[in-house]
Amino acid sequence: MADQKEKKYAKPLPHVDEETRPWWEALQRHELYVQKCRDCGDVRYHPRAQCTSCLSPRTEWVRCSGRGKVYTFTATYQNQAPGFRESLPYIMAWVELDEGLKMLTNLVECRPEEVKIGMPVEVVYEDVTPEVTLAKFRPAR
Amino acid sequence: MSLSRKACVAGAYEHPTRFAPDKSMFQIMAESIRGALDDAGLTIKDVDGLCTTGIGMGGMGIVGFCDYLNLTPNFVDSTAIGGSSFVAHTAHAAAAIAAGLCEVCVVVYGSTAASSRFAIGTGGAGGGGDPCDQFEIPYGPTTVGAYAMIAQRHMHDYGTTPEQLAEIAVAMRLHASMNPVAKYRDPITVEDVLASRVISSPLHLLDCCIISDGGGALVITSAERARDLKKKPVYILGTGETVRHAARGQRDFLEIAAAQSGRLAFERAGVKHSDIDMAMIYDSFTITVHTTLENLGFCKRGEGGAFVSGGRLRFDGDFPINTDGGGLSSNHPGMRGIFLVIEATRQLRGECGPRQVVDCKTALVHGTGGALGTRHSGATLILSNQ
Ligand SMILES: [Zn+2]
Repeated sequence: MADQKEKKYAKPLPHVDEETRPWWEALQRHELYVQKCRDCGDVRYHPRAQCTSCLSPRTEWVRCSGRGKVYTFTATYQNQAPGFRESLPYIMAWVELDEGLKMLTNLVECRPEEVKIGMPVEVVYEDVTPEVTLAKFRPAR
Repeated sequence: MSLSRKACVAGAYEHPTRFAPDKSMFQIMAESIRGALDDAGLTIKDVDGLCTTGIGMGGMGIVGFCDYLNLTPNFVDSTAIGGSSFVAHTAHAAAAIAAGLCEVCVVVYGSTAASSRFAIGTGGAGGGGDPCDQFEIPYGPTTVGAYAMIAQRHMHDYGTTPEQLAEIAVAMRLHASMNPVAKYRDPITVEDVLASRVISSPLHLLDCCIISDGGGALVITSAERARDLKKKPVYILGTGETVRHAARGQRDFLEIAAAQSGRLAFERAGVKHSDIDMAMIYDSFTITVHTTLENLGFCKRGEGGAFVSGGRLRFDGDFPINTDGGGLSSNHPGMRGIFLVIEATRQLRGECGPRQVVDCKTALVHGTGGALGTRHSGATLILSNQ
């Protein structure tokens, strides 16, 4: 019983809808994408149906290299939310992808004192449930 | 059309409670309205406009509160943009009065955050159902964490130190020690702030606002109507509001809403930075004050650390702010915007006793709602007793 309880994923899961499903499905294949407007060329993250610069619905999915740099971060020592209160401290960061877009994520496989702004990082995929995979980042190897 | 001096704050009341397990949110709001109307020399029969956020209320928001107090106003606004909402309400009330939509508008707030044991800054932030939330909630964002990321980046880019941020908390506590109703009144030092535990690096416990119950209300009316009321009017000279967010992944996070709302408020008020005698700056966290002062243009970007140091922010310093002790020491029931306007009003009336800023004629108020490191709103007011 205790084992089963520990295995249950307690952190909040995203709501996946038709607008964002292709992005989440790509993560399940361990691929990370951003979007680019086919009309004005503006790039955007997170995914949404229309370009925010010209409102065009004509969208190209651009496969990311999976590499980027730490733009900023924080090590959280207090969070009462289920799933997080059991995994303190954890590191939250804005990572600037090579594609020029900032993405909120977690840094993993490193300790808070090892993290530096500007540090190169690479994506790791965590299959947290059968339906959801999350993109997190670790120090680049 | 300029709004300058068309409307004014005629009544202001801060509920003295910091812990009220015996009261409902609506009761705190109603008691606050009574206090603000008494202060103005008006009665509930005079009120024809009402602003409050509706946050924490039932599905019909402000309508449920109107039912509770049997109000049928000609103007309602329940703009809900976080802690800055009541600063924006004050601006909206002024615009409504100038446009003839109402004549006496009450702005009101109440909360029992402390007695209901609500984790304002360290619970899971948002949990909301917006599209943007889906790309954040899996990673454990908290309100304090989102602000901490701004502090981390600022320290990296400009060498801002934890000691400089701590100076803000120290000045607020000094002011709280002179405010009989402030929740925490024992003086603290920079060392105390740095020795308090880290909540979300680089922010310590004493870099964070407190959690209290509380409430307050304002009475906004036309300059004409205010002329024969009980208190000297505090005129609304200029207003500004806007939002910032991740900007489709392309945001410069050290540029915040205050840059735009502040510029609008100064332009509309027709005053200069050097005209501001004191300011009320939303202090959810020390970094909020620091970054807001830079973005409002009181110092250059990167110079905030030096600007807030050396006692400058004290009531007797070159640039007094948050003379009531702020959210860091006096009260923070979740959304603090109304208290910023209330204390600025008290300063401009000369009602602040030992913490009174000498010769205070013009004040700036800036509210921040939400989180600087994800998305937030900013609302600025410039007020004057002249
Ligand atoms: Zn476009």
